[in-house]
Amino acid sequence: MASGHGDSVFANVVRAPEDPILGVTVAYNKDPSPKKLNLGVGAYRTEEGKPLVLNVVRRAEQMLVNDTSRVKEYLPIVGLAEFNKLSAKLIFGVDSPAIQENRVTTVQCLSGTGSLRVGAEFLARHYHEHTIYIPQPTWGNHPKVFTIAGLSVKTYRYYSPETRGLDFQGLLDDLNAAPSGAIVLLHACAHNPTGVDPTPEQWEQIRQLMRSKGLLPFFDSAYQGFASGSLDEDAQSVRMFVSDGGECLVAQSYAKNMGMYGERVGALSIVCKSADVAVRVESQLKLVIRPMYSNPPIHGASIVATILKDSHMYDEWTVELKAMADRIISMRQKLFDALQARGTPGDWSHIIKQIGMFTFTGLNAQQVAFMTKEYHIYMTSDGRISMAGLSSQTVPLLADAIHAAVSTVV
Amino acid sequence: MASGMLSLTCPSSSSLSLPHHFKGGAAAAGKPKLLNQASVFGKRFVNTESFTRTTMAVALNVSRFESITMAPPDPILGVSEAFRADTNEMKLNLGVGAYRTEDLQPYVLNVVKKAEKLMLERGENKEYLPIEGLASFNKVTAELLLGANNPLILEQRVATVQGLSGTGSLRLAAALIERYFPGAKVLISSPSWGNHKNIFNDARVPWSEYRYYDPSTVGLDFDGMIADIKAAPEGSFVLLHGCAHNPTGIDPTPEQWEIIADVIQEKNHIPFFDVAYQGFASGSLDVDASSVRLFAARGLELLVAQSYSKNLGLYAERIGAINIVCSSADAATRVKSQIKRLARPMYSNPPVHGARIVANVVGDPELFNEWKEEMEVMAGRIKSVRQKLYDSLRAKDKSGKDWSFILRQIGMFSFTGLNKAQSDNMTNKWHVYMTKDGRISLAGLSSAKCEYLADAIFDSYHNVS
Repeated sequence: MASGHGDSVFANVVRAPEDPILGVTVAYNKDPSPKKLNLGVGAYRTEEGKPLVLNVVRRAEQMLVNDTSRVKEYLPIVGLAEFNKLSAKLIFGVDSPAIQENRVTTVQCLSGTGSLRVGAEFLARHYHEHTIYIPQPTWGNHPKVFTIAGLSVKTYRYYSPETRGLDFQGLLDDLNAAPSGAIVLLHACAHNPTGVDPTPEQWEQIRQLMRSKGLLPFFDSAYQGFASGSLDEDAQSVRMFVSDGGECLVAQSYAKNMGMYGERVGALSIVCKSADVAVRVESQLKLVIRPMYSNPPIHGASIVATILKDSHMYDEWTVELKAMADRIISMRQKLFDALQARGTPGDWSHIIKQIGMFTFTGLNAQQVAFMTKEYHIYMTSDGRISMAGLSSQTVPLLADAIHAAVSTVV
Repeated sequence: MASGMLSLTCPSSSSLSLPHHFKGGAAAAGKPKLLNQASVFGKRFVNTESFTRTTMAVALNVSRFESITMAPPDPILGVSEAFRADTNEMKLNLGVGAYRTEDLQPYVLNVVKKAEKLMLERGENKEYLPIEGLASFNKVTAELLLGANNPLILEQRVATVQGLSGTGSLRLAAALIERYFPGAKVLISSPSWGNHKNIFNDARVPWSEYRYYDPSTVGLDFDGMIADIKAAPEGSFVLLHGCAHNPTGIDPTPEQWEIIADVIQEKNHIPFFDVAYQGFASGSLDVDASSVRLFAARGLELLVAQSYSKNLGLYAERIGAINIVCSSADAATRVKSQIKRLARPMYSNPPVHGARIVANVVGDPELFNEWKEEMEVMAGRIKSVRQKLYDSLRAKDKSGKDWSFILRQIGMFSFTGLNKAQSDNMTNKWHVYMTKDGRISLAGLSSAKCEYLADAIFDSYHNVS
């Protein structure tokens, strides 16, 4: 007990290891080598290797900061109303009947993580099934968010290392074996970390199975527009589930597609059977949020709302977004070509087949450690690399490193 | 959740149009037509194949959330909603503690505008902050709280993690207590800010109350406070308001703070400060931090949740910090690492905008001085409406009732001593919006409205019981 210097009430608090994903950047920053490469966290980089603030975001921010009539009063607990409406339209479609029928409640949250946490807390309190099925593998933070919210986490098969593609039968079998009513986490597009997405036909089968078993979909949509370059196309999986009239949860993030990473902008939508249920659900979401942080931050949400509601800015955004998605696709091609040119052993076609920001290389933890030590290439130990962190300049370095790793480390 | 069998009496199957996958076999084209909504409680049931029966277990068309009840509006934030809905021209919002100018307008500080312009000119990026937040923000925040040359800071014994304003910082601390001090209680003043209990409830940290407000004196029940802190199990966390107690506005004197520290030390309790009004109480940032600094100077380990909502007017930016003063640099490192582990599954990393504003204002000597001046103006305006309200009540009330507590109370709020019925009268008859515990926010009062408010208080106090 603390009675002065020496004793500490925190004596039993051990030092936690760095977060496995965000810790990669910590390690990268410590590395003094001039030729290091950070392929850890999924933050977009330009061809010059620099972070990017979208032009349309800068403009919107300028408008807001220069508007002398703006104030910094508390937002409502559910956040900026305009932002919420526009976010719902973005993911569900402007003509979504669910929106028109007022069956959707949308609350502003702290990016994807915050939306997932609020949704999970809500389900732990108000939903009768407390098991959530998450794909194997999934984003490292998913199990932590759900567990701390009070849900019990199980996995369903997803990635097949043999094919480097989707283990579709495994997925169907595992969801079929799930108890009726269980919650199922679905990556709306650009699965993280594998980049492997179901086809539209596979999504339809998943939908049918889930609806017949009463499984509750909880979508994580962090890459809308980043996967294919089209916002509507990337929302198809979600819209398919909404158009059958069923209920679902959707966590939306603007971290990547608007480059709003540090502003923490996102939204949680719950699509309900009726407007009356939606109103009651929203009131309960407020009870989750108020003791967590009272109300969400205004800056990022205002920027997003400004862009989404102005048709010119919206169009500009879609162009900038497509340019980012296209650059990533071209990096995939370049890396694939570079490995082919080196005659690197193995089939590397998954690099160009996978979708979104990441490539699940198939490299094992030893090979990853080798690449970090010998080539100063930083990535997560599961072999995931962020293509967004690559440029034409750095592709050769990475290709050399992969070549060396697969040739010398088993 | 209540369970029960769901039965529906349905019209004959020919008039039912069920979603195609109920029919089995290949998917049919076209959208399914929904059945009529049913009101049910309880579990969902697996779809059955047969739908020719008139009573059937219907899985799909009942909401899984049907039994969710409507939550009541937040008692504090709900006041502003009610105020907005009121069309009466005399209405006055003394609910939430947000500073208003004499014209009853929200106020964005000049230094904040300057900082935002600077930030825009620099064209800073929007990359993720580290989980613990902006380093330059954390540095100036600890210095603001403890004093820049505080040995604790030089010895690296302070773990500071950027949090989502006061609420978010309290929540991180609560999560730390839950994980590392299982069973330990938090002692909360009676009364306290309404959201404190919610935070500890949601974090699953047990709490109990210590006496604080004495209605007979409209002052501090110091003996009760000391007795209750003494009676609590050793190693409890004692939640203390650093200054400008919310909702009462009643703060211990420096001598009383010393005694409180003595008792806390005796019982090996852990002081847990909520500092939401540094600068707003007396007008001086240093004076308002003296309670925290007193405890820190004794070598006690302590928790301090800080908010910039009020003193920098950054309400909506959600900027604050949790500071843990530890007995060693090693403990501070370990504690910080564990707070990060709690923040990551909550929101990953905190928002950058408000943190940059603070770092720019507090970290720049010129802007910092300008801020101090604006702070004095804001605190000064509140002191002057206190005086005017008191003078108006004195002039009006010849009954001998002593209203001087209004002058003794400090900070944004005044605890009027009005009970719920009287507070309701304030709202229903006089369109004065306040919280039901009798708290009024002086930050929402203008000089021009003091007379009117005095009339309302006088009427409610003397004519309503």
